[in-house]
Amino acid sequence: MITVLTLMTIGIVLGFAIQNKSKIVKSIDPMINIAIYVLLFLLGISVGVNETIISNLDTLGAQALLLTFGGVMGSVVLAFFTYKFFFKTKK
Amino acid sequence: MKSSFVIVSFFVLGIIMGLYQLLPQFLVETDFSIYALYILMLLVGVGIGSDKKAWEILKNAKLKIILVPLTVIVGTFIGVAIISIFLEDINLRESLAIGAGFGYYSLSSIFISQISGETLGVIALISNISREIITLLFTPLFAKYFGKIAPIASGGATSMDTTLPIITTFLGKEYAIISVFSGIVLTILVPFLVTFILKF
Repeated sequence: MITVLTLMTIGIVLGFAIQNKSKIVKSIDPMINIAIYVLLFLLGISVGVNETIISNLDTLGAQALLLTFGGVMGSVVLAFFTYKFFFKTKK
Repeated sequence: MKSSFVIVSFFVLGIIMGLYQLLPQFLVETDFSIYALYILMLLVGVGIGSDKKAWEILKNAKLKIILVPLTVIVGTFIGVAIISIFLEDINLRESLAIGAGFGYYSLSSIFISQISGETLGVIALISNISREIITLLFTPLFAKYFGKIAPIASGGATSMDTTLPIITTFLGKEYAIISVFSGIVLTILVPFLVTFILKF
């Protein structure tokens, strides 16, 4: 995983260097999309051949939704205070 | 939203092909995903680095704006930590890693499957997709009851792209910059935080 993070950092530096080459910059997003399609397709395959995951999909989904609920509520409630104390314009 | 739909379709297509064994054996046996991930991360890096508007926003941001992504990180972690108490199969570390996707489901689910296996990867995928959907649906409600930072906080990493239109509609243009800023910071942090949480 260190390799992956290093590659991303190299990418950022590289991207910064080619900022003005608009032709290359424009082609980046479509390439990212293709890479994501390939990876999620591959993830789909490994999920599809994994019987444990398939037969437990409802439990996994329920746990996922609970975590989302927690994450969203946590950030929204904290955002209430951040807004109140730092961003709200006084009238 | 359109691209989210295409991404999910590829995932579902993969499941179907895996489920009914419609694949050449080499594709099942060899794991190409790590190489694809290398390419993806290099490209994601180049995408962030070459984004002039993003750098402009980062450069001109006022100091207090950093409180917004910080709010998202701390709030999300507190929230998922509380939920993890009630989950038998997912421990605190795994819950935090899933939360650290901040809605960036494609990247976080891929990272988490690489490090901790497909089961947790699938949970991360479902959880982070729903974060995007919840933000799209509840932005008006969040803005009304929790103030103008709340929809941006709910959007997490998606507040720079997929949920930006709805956020701008309900909060006004002056919050667009804050929204993009927070999204960029979180997008960059997702791979680092997920790896850090699961590995150390």
